[in-house]
Amino acid sequence: MKEEIIIAGFGGQGVLSMGKILAYSAIMQDMEVTWMPSYGPEMRGGTANVCVIISDRKIGSPILTKYDTAIILNQQSMDKFENSVKPGGLLLYDPSGITRHPSRTDITICRIDAIDVAAKVGNSKVYNMAVMGAYLKMKPVVNMENVGKGLAKCIPARYSDLISLNKTAIEEGMKAVEVL
Amino acid sequence: MAEKILMKGNEAIAISAIRNGVDGYFGYPITPQSEVMETLMKEKPWETTGMVVLQAESETSSINMVYGGACTGKKVMTSSSSPGISLMCEGISYLAGAELPCLIVNVMRGGPGLGTIQPSQSDYNQCVKGGGHGDYNAIVIAPASAQDMYDFVDWGFDLAFKYRTPVIMLADGIVGQMMEKVELHDPKPRRTREEVIKDAPWATTGKTADRPYNIITSLALESDVQERFNQKLKAKYETICRDEVKYTEYMTSDAEYLLVAFGCASRICEAVVDELRSQGIKAGMLRPVTLFPFPTERLAELSGQVKSMMSLELNMGQMVNDVKLAVNGACPVGFYGRQGGNIFTPDEVAGEFKKFNNLK
Repeated sequence: MKEEIIIAGFGGQGVLSMGKILAYSAIMQDMEVTWMPSYGPEMRGGTANVCVIISDRKIGSPILTKYDTAIILNQQSMDKFENSVKPGGLLLYDPSGITRHPSRTDITICRIDAIDVAAKVGNSKVYNMAVMGAYLKMKPVVNMENVGKGLAKCIPARYSDLISLNKTAIEEGMKAVEVL
Repeated sequence: MAEKILMKGNEAIAISAIRNGVDGYFGYPITPQSEVMETLMKEKPWETTGMVVLQAESETSSINMVYGGACTGKKVMTSSSSPGISLMCEGISYLAGAELPCLIVNVMRGGPGLGTIQPSQSDYNQCVKGGGHGDYNAIVIAPASAQDMYDFVDWGFDLAFKYRTPVIMLADGIVGQMMEKVELHDPKPRRTREEVIKDAPWATTGKTADRPYNIITSLALESDVQERFNQKLKAKYETICRDEVKYTEYMTSDAEYLLVAFGCASRICEAVVDELRSQGIKAGMLRPVTLFPFPTERLAELSGQVKSMMSLELNMGQMVNDVKLAVNGACPVGFYGRQGGNIFTPDEVAGEFKKFNNLK
């Protein structure tokens, strides 16, 4: 099993931390991972992206041009990454702020209104977990038990009371994802 | 079972330094390695192991703090990125000239000048061939993963103390910024004063009645003294070249073509080998883990087995010269590289490889 994912959006949407939680959850499931961020000037205001690879074998190149899954949270990232999804792959996006929707027909396209989910859960900061829930519904690469363990590793101990809130957001994201 | 943690290569260096009994870190922030000092400051090892962590006012200052710490036989280190390493080169030459052990981490970015903050391997020549003035080499080790970053700190200090020489860990922005699973080994305590004196009898640990003064200097005004010292260094480097070469091979046993790559480029080339093999082309890869000493003998041996070699580097072609020297004309040696923070992809390298070898 090998899953190559690009997660792309604006700085502040939790793109990098979503990737980290996903990667840590995969470690908890005893898999190999790489997490390679864009760390250039763009992270100082503007778009941010991270490439996460999860595999049951040792991972070679952490740099890719084609992905099994693209999780896209803004228009710039849609323009940049729509065509890098492998045929038969998955494109998951949040339509808020998107003016040009994806048009490919050889991939699965899903949408998640993650702002609504976060509002329903009652905390805008769990936006990225709603998106991650939508992804895990489509591709259950890690199970919820290990996601819980991954969250516990990523959230500082003093905020451990927020783990359940994040889990709720993931579960609500799972329910809210729509296949187009 | 050892604890497995997801961390950046830069964080792994800091955590490893604390867990492997390093006595002091002196540095100055620069992208893409600032997480080394950030992590040390967050972990506050001065409250646990007693390790000193100090932000100097410049790279020139931090390398000279390393010089001072190393004189006392302590395990001291610094880290920086390309422009900062240029500033340290005078100090590195002095450390080599005074035969002082230390660890210097270079998380390379693109140059020359201030260049870019994106990853690169363009300091190969600087670190492997010298950088500072005078006839010296530093041992250069090249990590390719976060686990390597963790493991090479301890290995680097072992080499540094074994040979009384500066050791450079030549990493790059990818290995520094990428998060991977890192297995933490059992921690080693910092050495006691008695252990330091035993480990480093040459160090300035305070004169006692039973030994003469320990003098640490790189100054030798008399020609014969300097020449004898140069010959002593040469003998040391010959021993290092004989005993410390390290490399890894991937699918080389039946390889007809060889890719040579170090650090992050070797990760990408592993994927290239897989891709070429899937097309029926018998490719293999050699990754030099030590860049000085270089795996010259093994490459010479392989030059009799393969039809060609190709060096893949994120620079304008630097290590390729060492590959050519090793091969000594026995087979064609090609090169492909990208610069400025652009990273070649497996597909791109496979295409260039086929072009060089006239393969379809």
